[in-house]
Amino acid sequence: MSCLQTIQDYGLRSIGIGERLLPKTDFTLCEQFTLIGSGMIWNVYFGLMALATGFFLATALAVGKASQNKWLRKPSEWFIFLFRGSPLFIQFFFAYFFFLSLKKTYPLFDAFTSAWLGALIVLFLNTAAYSGEIFYGALRSIPKGDIEAADAYGMSGWSRFRRVVWPTMLRLAWPAYTNEAIFLFHATTLVFFSAFPAWQQRGDALYYASYFADKTFNPFIPYPILAFYFILMTLVVIWCFGLVNKRLNRHLPAAKKAKMRLRLNLAR
Amino acid sequence: MFSYCTDPDTLGTLRWFSCYLTTGVHWSFYVSFLKVLLLLAVTAPVALSFGFVGAMAARSHFPPLSWLGKGYIAIVRGVPDIAFFLFFVIALDQGFEWIRHKVLCPDWTDPVRQGNDFLVCQAAKLPLGTAPEWVHETYGFFLAVITFSIVFGAFAANVLFGGMRAVPHAQLETAEAYGMTRRQTFWRILVPQMWVYALPGLSNLWMVLIKATPLLFLLGIEDIVYWARELGGTKTSKFTQYPHGDWRMWYFLFLLIFYLGMTRVSELGLEKLMRRLSHGQATSGGELLRKETTA
Repeated sequence: MSCLQTIQDYGLRSIGIGERLLPKTDFTLCEQFTLIGSGMIWNVYFGLMALATGFFLATALAVGKASQNKWLRKPSEWFIFLFRGSPLFIQFFFAYFFFLSLKKTYPLFDAFTSAWLGALIVLFLNTAAYSGEIFYGALRSIPKGDIEAADAYGMSGWSRFRRVVWPTMLRLAWPAYTNEAIFLFHATTLVFFSAFPAWQQRGDALYYASYFADKTFNPFIPYPILAFYFILMTLVVIWCFGLVNKRLNRHLPAAKKAKMRLRLNLAR
Repeated sequence: MFSYCTDPDTLGTLRWFSCYLTTGVHWSFYVSFLKVLLLLAVTAPVALSFGFVGAMAARSHFPPLSWLGKGYIAIVRGVPDIAFFLFFVIALDQGFEWIRHKVLCPDWTDPVRQGNDFLVCQAAKLPLGTAPEWVHETYGFFLAVITFSIVFGAFAANVLFGGMRAVPHAQLETAEAYGMTRRQTFWRILVPQMWVYALPGLSNLWMVLIKATPLLFLLGIEDIVYWARELGGTKTSKFTQYPHGDWRMWYFLFLLIFYLGMTRVSELGLEKLMRRLSHGQATSGGELLRKETTA
């Protein structure tokens, strides 16, 4: 079987298109590359969707945590502590069994017990908490002069937030937020190793990598392939976030621009 | 455990819980909490020493050693840590067996890898097939500790490398002016001062390590996640029937609270440690402390 045929058969296997039966013996390098790559679709899906939705909740949480009002501040603080203080792995388990028991009484929750929705909700809440903390830190380090200037221009409330506070917050938080995005993509590999079932063997990249490692009893081929894909994805994330960073910093003189430095400050 | 537990009347009363929560399998569940704490206690110093060696290698003036150190630091950044966990557990096991195979059975001619099998001679099996149960469990735990240490050693190396570079250069120059050798400067000036710069990163790492402990489950250890799943379920592989429905949600809620407590306690402890280390240091934290005491 040629490699092109393998790609046709298994390229979209993880979303249920193509050959149903996974290869059982005599795994070729091409099969391993194709299937693990196919699994990456799920990692990208979880990562992108959680980032896109989590961003808004994170902003709300940061503003809430920085607020003077106790009724806004306390819930935000507790939410952030709850999701940052416990392991994502346990959160997945808890959420799955929680949805499972809800499903027994309300059939409405059927979709929540499958990974595409249930795990996404957990990742969404989790990344919102982590990014919320980052945004909160940035919110507190906004230069006082910026806000005073906005006041002097007669801005207040929404227009001050939209035009001064929010862009500055994003600009300051962006390097750390890039880091968070990278770790979020890494965290997506946990989904199918916690309780969420991989229905019809439609799993993510690590699911297929460990499938191959179990079958061949040779970890030295599938895991480096997985590492290759993830390093590639990390580079893409850094590049995309770098573009945004450039735009956020475009008004600053070149010397003052915040360099994107990757730090291992946050992980789950 | 209690004498009244034999009385069927306790079923349906609140006292039944005290019987239920002290059954033999529940004790295994509680013991697994100790396993988690043991893992933390063993991994933290080992990972820290791995990290120290890694950081020393990375700032070495001998290029291959420095590449090795930097490569070790860099590799964990791009790849998810659980991929490492899954990889190292098999890779280490096979590595040990392969070395023993080479040493113990030199006249074995067949290749070790045959198709989908990894075959070593009987004497090289780790642990030996005749070994008692506890040896198997200890060996599994030992592999898990090494795996955790390798992964977290790389994180720690990154933090310590940063800490070493953050020590003001003037300090090192002064040491040189006093005629200290490179080795003396490193051990007497750099190492004592780097901790305060490295501590925020290290305390972060400690939090990450705590939150990574449930991954023991993936390494095949009967840890808290394993028992929570077993005990919470209505029917399990080992025990056919439980007197309750699906309680896994509650067991995992308990684990969630356990971890929240662990992080909260660590947060408070690390804050205290930071205060102590900042004492008398030329950092903003140390300055703040000085003002507090003088005011």
